[in-house]
Amino acid sequence: MAEALLSVRALAKRFGGVLATDGVSLDLVAGELHALIGPNGAGKTTLLAQLAGSLTPDAGSIVFEGHDIAALAQHRRVAAGIARSYQITSLFARLSVRDNLALAVQARSGSSFVFWKPRSEEKALFEHADALAVTIGLAGRAGTRAEALSHGEQRALEVGLALATRPRLLLLDEPMAGLGPEETARMIVLIERVRDSTTVLLVEHDMDAVFRLAARISVLVNGRVLASGSPEAIRANAGVRRAYLGEDLAT
Amino acid sequence: MHEPNVKVWLGPALAAALAIALPLALRALGQVFYVSFASQVLIYALAATSLNLVLGYGGMVSFGHAAFVGAGAYVASLLLHAGVESAWIAWPAAMVVAAAIALATGAISLRTRGVYFIMITLAFAQMLFYLANSIKAWGGDEGLTLARRPAFGFGVDLADDVSFYYVVLALLAAALFALHRLAGSRFGHAVVAVRENETRAEAIGLPVFRTRLACFVIGGAVGGLAGALLACHGKYVNPNVLHWTQSGTLMIMVILGGVGRLWGGVLGAAALLGLERFLADFRIGWLAALVPNYAQHTSLAVGVVLLAAVLFAPRGLAGWRRARDG
Amino acid sequence: MLFLLAAGLTLVFGIMDMINLAHGSLYMLGAFFASALVEATGSFVAGVLLAIPATALAGMLLERTLLRTLYARDHLSQVLATFALILILNELVRIVWGSDRPLAMPAALSGPVELLPGLYYSSYRLLIIGVGLAVALLLHWLVARTRLGMWVRAGASNREMALAMGVDIGMLFTFVFGLGAALCAVAGALLSPLLAVQVGMGENILIVAFVVIVIGGIGSIRGAFVGALLVGAIDTLGRTLLPIAFGAFLPPQFASAAGPAIASISIYLLMAVVLFFRPQGLFQARG
Repeated sequence: MAEALLSVRALAKRFGGVLATDGVSLDLVAGELHALIGPNGAGKTTLLAQLAGSLTPDAGSIVFEGHDIAALAQHRRVAAGIARSYQITSLFARLSVRDNLALAVQARSGSSFVFWKPRSEEKALFEHADALAVTIGLAGRAGTRAEALSHGEQRALEVGLALATRPRLLLLDEPMAGLGPEETARMIVLIERVRDSTTVLLVEHDMDAVFRLAARISVLVNGRVLASGSPEAIRANAGVRRAYLGEDLAT
Repeated sequence: MHEPNVKVWLGPALAAALAIALPLALRALGQVFYVSFASQVLIYALAATSLNLVLGYGGMVSFGHAAFVGAGAYVASLLLHAGVESAWIAWPAAMVVAAAIALATGAISLRTRGVYFIMITLAFAQMLFYLANSIKAWGGDEGLTLARRPAFGFGVDLADDVSFYYVVLALLAAALFALHRLAGSRFGHAVVAVRENETRAEAIGLPVFRTRLACFVIGGAVGGLAGALLACHGKYVNPNVLHWTQSGTLMIMVILGGVGRLWGGVLGAAALLGLERFLADFRIGWLAALVPNYAQHTSLAVGVVLLAAVLFAPRGLAGWRRARDG
Repeated sequence: MLFLLAAGLTLVFGIMDMINLAHGSLYMLGAFFASALVEATGSFVAGVLLAIPATALAGMLLERTLLRTLYARDHLSQVLATFALILILNELVRIVWGSDRPLAMPAALSGPVELLPGLYYSSYRLLIIGVGLAVALLLHWLVARTRLGMWVRAGASNREMALAMGVDIGMLFTFVFGLGAALCAVAGALLSPLLAVQVGMGENILIVAFVVIVIGGIGSIRGAFVGALLVGAIDTLGRTLLPIAFGAFLPPQFASAAGPAIASISIYLLMAVVLFFRPQGLFQARG
């Protein structure tokens, strides 16, 4: 079996009386797209936040490429190769697409404590940003302010910002949220492109997309992993069907 | 902001030309007294610009900027009082001390958000105010008087108001240019990112806390320089320079001039001080009929203008918007 | 007395989410009104009592006309606008009444009272403490036991829900503001014989009031009470004990200087420490 890129063991997080993450253990294999599904309130976003570093777990371990990163601050995890996109679009609204991407590239490549030299002179930085714009399909809109983009374009930029940091692990939080059928199709194509070069943990509600994209699926219910395995195994799992999928997907 | 475009440089070039010509014109008109006033405007412009960096550009609503300006004023004054003669020692020392204070207070303050940040920056400034007020060796509540302005060298005599003006002008120009370069640098873009969307900035890997702190410290250092110049200009320093109403005055200048814009501090200082000077020196007939000694109530006019600016003219506030407030 | 100011301030901040720097100016107005009315009526009690509705009215007028528009604005705008108000009000008062006015302590209360054999305390200060406690109890009753108080608490913890429940937010806000102004008036009128009525008296105490509500927790009256007590205690302790403590091992000229300096700083240190451990203050009213 391939070496696990990410190993989560007995992760726990409590908010007051609610145990949002209840002893979660998970393995991600390098190069795969692993989907995380579950009903609303199952704790998917909380789990993602703990992996990304914006939330500190109460217990458990997170081992990434052999190192325990549970204590690492978010921006250091980005440097270590973990990036995340958001369920609710969170961009630099008043900056252009190009500037948005340039910022993310800047953060990943070298120090931001350069005070004198104009950033506009850094050809490599903008080449990388422009290439990213092409990847996410926004090359023609590079000069547009993020807040002026359509919802689908914004979701694409969301993914683009995470990609810009050249992550080895990409955490995608419901990238299809709020997208219509055409935009969803485009997003699926984008994720397929990304899947070739990066390990992806995908949190999604769109079952069609999940079954099409994922190599393995884990089901999270009430903060616990109910089942984990190939799409076929998950589809066939009675417990999962009962808890989440519903009868119509059994066909 | 950094395109090598003639249009972009035209404004500043004109401003520079005007500023350089001013003392000569005033001398020709026999109004040399106003040169000293002009120096004061430039010094406040520098102070307001340093606040604008922190508040407008960095998005950190600091209500304690007087701490850095005041610290610079006191450091310069104490050094000169103790026998140090050269501005080349006193002024950099003022900047270093102000920067150190900014580093220490910023490291604590920047862990808070929103109104708590406003309060804690205010509190630190007040602490310095009370400190200066109580320490007799620093002049206590009466302050310190300086015998003379520091020595500058290069044949420049700072005791001459016109020479002092040009030195201040040079420093202001240098500061504005440096800030212009800063805005175009990686750091400048990082500051904007943190201001616009802190969570996302963190998520893409920008060191949010350190970026903010660095911005805060730079603003503090430049504020310290302004303070040193202020003390040397009037040859006097007292605790009022640390009072929170001074912080408020600087904020007024920033608002009037344009929050987050490079020239905001300059325009604001010119507008505010110009307004006060105008009211003090030129008689307005109908106003005098209404309130005989209206010149003693310039604060009223300032208050009205400020209120109007906040309520009706978001132009000054246009460049600033909180990203997410805690 | 600090509690009175802090309570009004924390209510306004907690319920309307507005930083009102001009709160100190209402305190000043209260004092000036009291002074003018005492002179007009010849009676201390009448003057003080009349000053309360006068100030409350002024406050509500201010709220209805100018301050409404600030509720929706960001904190920076509020800070600047109310700072502008301070400037305007200070000058207006100066124009109408001059820079300061007298307000003498009533003769009946200027003597000391014997609390315990040999322990004398100024009877006027006792009055102040008494009034402070009475108002605290009154406020507690108002907020905790009346319907009005319930609306106030609802508004403090969750404004949208209160609106949805049909509370007339506009009237509520005006009332709260008027209440805050009335509290300022009581404090201003009663403290004036001790502290002097002058333009600018509001600013000094305003900052301390803000420190109190930050320590106590914004929106919490209980917090304002505890905060005021804490701050008052620290300040008094600082002023009395520290010079003595320093005098023990520092040469006299330092001790006499350092003591008051540190005492003044101590309340800010207290705030910094509280914020470090509990960034929301000691008590929380906001949900």
